Amino acid sequence: MPRRGRTLTIVALLALLAAVPPLAALAGQPFYLDLFRRVMIFAIAALSLNFILGYGGMVSFGHAAYLGIGAYAVGILAYHGVHDGFAQFALAIGASALVALVIGAISIRTSGLYFIMITLAFTQMLFYLGISLEEYGGDDGMRLAGRSVFAGLLDLRDPMPFYYFVFAILVACLYLVHRLVNSRFGMVLRASKSNEGRTRSIGFSPYPYRLAAFVIAGAMCGVAGALFVNQTAYLTPAFMSWTRSGEIMFMVILGGMSTLIGPVLGAAGLLLLEDLLQGWTEHWQIILGPILVLVVLFAKRGLAGLLPGGGRDE
Amino acid sequence: MSETLLAVEDLYKAFGALKATDHVTLEVRAGETHAIIGPNGAGKTTLISQLSGTLRPDSGRIRFGGEDITRLSAPARSHKGLARSFQITSIYRDFSALDNVALAVQAHAGHSFRFWRDARGDARLRDPARAILDEVGLGARAGVLAANLAHGEQRQLEVAMVLATRPRLMLLDEPVAGMGVEESQRMVQFLARFKGRQTIVLVEHDMDAVFSLADRISVLVYGRVIATGTPAEIRANPEVRNAYLGEEA
Ligand SMILES: Nc1ncnc2c1ncn2[C@@H]1O[C@H](COP(=O)(O)OP(=O)(O)OP(=O)(O)O)[C@@H](O)[C@H]1O
Ligand SMILES: [Mg+2]
Repeated sequence: MPRRGRTLTIVALLALLAAVPPLAALAGQPFYLDLFRRVMIFAIAALSLNFILGYGGMVSFGHAAYLGIGAYAVGILAYHGVHDGFAQFALAIGASALVALVIGAISIRTSGLYFIMITLAFTQMLFYLGISLEEYGGDDGMRLAGRSVFAGLLDLRDPMPFYYFVFAILVACLYLVHRLVNSRFGMVLRASKSNEGRTRSIGFSPYPYRLAAFVIAGAMCGVAGALFVNQTAYLTPAFMSWTRSGEIMFMVILGGMSTLIGPVLGAAGLLLLEDLLQGWTEHWQIILGPILVLVVLFAKRGLAGLLPGGGRDE
Repeated sequence: MSETLLAVEDLYKAFGALKATDHVTLEVRAGETHAIIGPNGAGKTTLISQLSGTLRPDSGRIRFGGEDITRLSAPARSHKGLARSFQITSIYRDFSALDNVALAVQAHAGHSFRFWRDARGDARLRDPARAILDEVGLGARAGVLAANLAHGEQRQLEVAMVLATRPRLMLLDEPVAGMGVEESQRMVQFLARFKGRQTIVLVEHDMDAVFSLADRISVLVYGRVIATGTPAEIRANPEVRNAYLGEEA
């Protein structure tokens, strides 16, 4: 059963991620905790993009916007002395959902190249807005005044609990996307991508479903942003730069579009390869580029397609 | 005489200088199979697209069940009871045959803002979909990816999707196009079962299919309806013989 193989693959990968902290401690390499936490944060961002791109056919080229909004929500509250994680994450989710609602309401009326350009344009706008916020560091950004504290539960200043917090959120997001894409809602979303004319003719109006998916994806990426600023302890408008959007999109493509586990593989593949090559040579980008081109060319379903049962959902 | 279900009034649509629908007036009666025939490029598909809401007419009106639907979107018309098949098969190629039909059932089973339960495990969608697949003779192929079905099976699947929306009027654009003799005979027999209880607008080039299914026929030439009548009347019409049927009919 391909479905069974896929579930096993996902469980094995998650078990590996869960084993990183003890292994890193054993090896005396706490650096890996940091690296894999980063991988998981970007996996959440890529997962949210894959939800609308892979399953919904919406090529949003501005997904970094929500990463930035989530980060700024946490950063700005911390700057004003609010370190409560519940409030910070609630604001990150609310603000990114709201912005996604506005951007989606306008951009989803268009399609193809226009959709790509409009989502890019909105994100550039937010990028410049970030630069203009002198109070919060403007162009240079600012240090995070303090990491999020979930009173009585956990404190993101501790690397290990922080790691498992990100892990838990990643698992929750994977499960959420799994439920969503297989629900009635998800079927409409995927049908609209597969054949819009047919979908309209049998009686569905794709717009409200696409918009809802866009908002869910925005909120999910906002959570990734809130985690990311806790990771870097620093925030800058560069979180919202178009290269960042491209990076997230690349993770989705590298890992395998419209597969559940693809974004996780894509985030891991890109970030680990980057790290590996950086250790070898300072001209790592010259090597990274061709490797990525080859993977995309020869692994049609991305990295997920290479794993047992990892390919596309039936 | 039975009541009119669909009334097309002075419909007009031009592509640049080309009058694809040239002041068409047409009535489809409840329960009849109304064939629309005409040479290639006569504007048959363009007419169907305006009826289904895929294409906006430049002027004129479309009434369905007494209601003006000229400005309604395609999904809204689907919910009024109009369903179409496309000349070029339009199905979800990357979904199974059963998924295809279940989606059509789902479209008419309330809103789809249901985020959690597995749609493929939902008997309220799967059972009716399976029954319709059985009905069109694809029951044994339910689990096959639509892209992997034979051409004729894909045409059948599309008709199954049309049926799954429980339409009051089916608009079928060349349902037997590209089918083998046997397949096409089966499709004709299948459609014949609906005679009297289902209203059908049938666009078709296959004259055997047309004359065995149609209660009435309208002939479209250069965007214009040049004749409407019973099969016998159309056969006997000299203008029609001249423009389309030729001597063989
Ligand atoms: N979107 C379009 N833009 C411009 N011209 C079009 C368009 N769609 C159709 N036409 C033209 O309108 C005319 C009618 O086309 P239509 O497809 O309705 O004919 P048809 O009767 O269905 O022909 P066939 O029997 O070949 O299917 C043709 O001349 C066609 O080239
Ligand atoms: Mg045609």
